[in-house]
Formats: sequence, structure tokens, C-alpha cells
Amino acid sequence: MEMIKVGMADYKATKSPGVLITFGLGSCVGIALYDKSTKVSGLAHVMLPSSKEIKNNSNKAKFADTGIDALIDEMVKLGARKSNIVAKIAGGAQMFSFSSQNDMLRIGERNAIASKEKLKDHRIRILAEDTGGNFGRTIELNTETGELQIKTIGHGIKVV
Amino acid sequence: MVIDKLNDVLIDVLQEVGNIGSGNAATALSTMINKKVDMNVPQIKVLEFKDVLDVLGDAEEPVVGIYFGLEGDLEGNIMFVLDMDSSKNLVNMLFGRMDGGELELNEMDMSALSEVGNILSASYANSLSMMTGLALKVTVPSICVDMAGAVISVPAIQFGITGDHAIFIETQFLQDENEIKGDIFLIPEVDSFEKLLRTLGVDM
Repeated sequence: MEMIKVGMADYKATKSPGVLITFGLGSCVGIALYDKSTKVSGLAHVMLPSSKEIKNNSNKAKFADTGIDALIDEMVKLGARKSNIVAKIAGGAQMFSFSSQNDMLRIGERNAIASKEKLKDHRIRILAEDTGGNFGRTIELNTETGELQIKTIGHGIKVV
Repeated sequence: MVIDKLNDVLIDVLQEVGNIGSGNAATALSTMINKKVDMNVPQIKVLEFKDVLDVLGDAEEPVVGIYFGLEGDLEGNIMFVLDMDSSKNLVNMLFGRMDGGELELNEMDMSALSEVGNILSASYANSLSMMTGLALKVTVPSICVDMAGAVISVPAIQFGITGDHAIFIETQFLQDENEIKGDIFLIPEVDSFEKLLRTLGVDM
């Protein structure tokens, strides 16, 4: 099956068959969207929670809010019906622990919260969530079945 | 933004920064393990975010990342990255183990690696201080063993706030017999990056 790679601050939509994959999610969050009826899927790899907090926000794929909007648009263009789309999300870890009170250190948690809020705004149901912790994740969305494989180092592999 | 239009002159200046910083760090490492350590010419990597995850090669390969904040007149981070074999070889050298020890890194190994990172990044920062006259210090280290992509994404996110590129000043270390291969990254925050260049006499 064709592997479609999604980089950091990037999103891709496709119609089955194929696998959408993004490597090494740390604090970033991967948002996998799937429309069962049309088999249109999408995967976004967002690095920051909100485009509104930041002046330089032309790259929509960077942020949870604009990234999810853009990915949904892309899927609708490929024939997806928005009301059928469901979501699975993973990532949002804190890779390093520091004692200082820097807001940037909670970026993983904030990315996960922002992603969930945005999905809620779109009335998209979240079927599975694997966020937090202090480890990285590689995720693979099977566009045929909507299954999401989550791979880690030392924390196992699972399919949700 | 200056990092979106780096020219040859700027790249030369930054390579020199990397050279001096990591030259001192290499000397410190060499003293610690009592073996010769070489380094490559520093690479100035200005990357779009989608390319960041592959900067260390395979994004899923496990690595040890030791991460420091840079404080004082410049803000940013220093990150020291080793692959698993190199980490193992390095702690074996430090502890004088002949048999290769256990396969996994234990707590003592991790704390030894943090300490090595500490000495390396402090030498890096000191030489930058000497070169520029700016006061710099490094924070206590934080260490993690995980996928290369996830480790390197941490400093990259900082750049996401101010722009669409990440800049890494990367120098590769090579111990004589190829037993230790590592990377040291200087990752200046954008404002500090411009300040650093100004201090070095680059006209912007």
C-alpha cells in the first residue's frame, strides 16, 4: 500500500487505499480523521495550539485550530461528508522535564486540549485518544479501515 | 526575518560560531575520555518544519537527547544527541568497563551522560561568551531517550512561534575509532540569533 508521509506542521488528505503516516510525534499532536462512508482520510501533525496567539500564522498546518480546519476542507474536497468524519488523536507528550515555569513546557498538553476543542467545535467525535506521557509516538492511519496504529519506544505498539 | 534569507556571509559567520563552540566542547570530551575526538565542519541547517524530523537521519531511531536552556544575554538551547551505541560506548569509557556492560542504559549511565552533556554545553557556551563578550550560562540538563524525530521536534517548536523555519547550528563529533558519534546543536531563539549576528559585526 502507498505510504503517504506527513511531516511536522503538515497535513495530507487522501482517498483509500493508502496509509497516512507521521513519525516521531513528541509534543506535537497527530489528528487522524476518517470518513467511513467515502473512505476519505486525513492526517495532520500540528505543533502549536493556537494561531490566534501568534503573529506569524500564515502556515495553517502549524496550529491545531487552523490545521484541523484546513484538513477538513481538504477532505471535503476529496468527497468526504463532514458529518461522517470521526477522529483519533495521539501525541502531546512532554519529552523533557525542566523545573522552570515555562509555558512552552506544557505545549504538548496545550496542543492536545486545543485539538480536542477544535474537533468539538466541528462536532467531530473522538473515538480514541492517546496523549500525554513523556515519550514519542509514530502513528499510521489505515485509510481502508480507519485503524490507527501507535508505535512507541519502550511503551509498546497498539492499534486503536 | 533574517533566518529566512541567510546568505553566504551569514552562513560563514555561523559556521565559525559552531566551530569555536564545538571545538572547545570536543576538547572537553577528549579530555574526559582520554581519546582523540574529531569534529566535522559545522552545518548551518535552515529547515522547513516538515523536514525537521529527519534532521538526525531516521526519525524513529532511538537516540539520547540532552537538552539545555541558554540564558543571559542570549536565549536559546543547546542539545547534545548521541545514538544508542555511542551512548553505551561513552559510558563504558567513562566507567572504565571493558565488557560492554549491560545493554540498557541504567540510571547511573543516564546521569553520567547528563554530566558529559553539561560539560560540553558549558564549554560551548563559554567559548561563545569569550568570542562575543556576551554573558551566557546553561541551565541544568534534562535528558531523554526516545525517537530522534520526537527529540529534535522540541527545539523546533520554539521556532514555530516566530517563523516558518528552524535553524540548527550542528556539529558532528567523531571519536577516533568511531565508537562515539554525536551531534551538538546550538539553537538560538530568533531575537537572540539576530543579536548574536550583530555582536559579531554582521550588518543587518
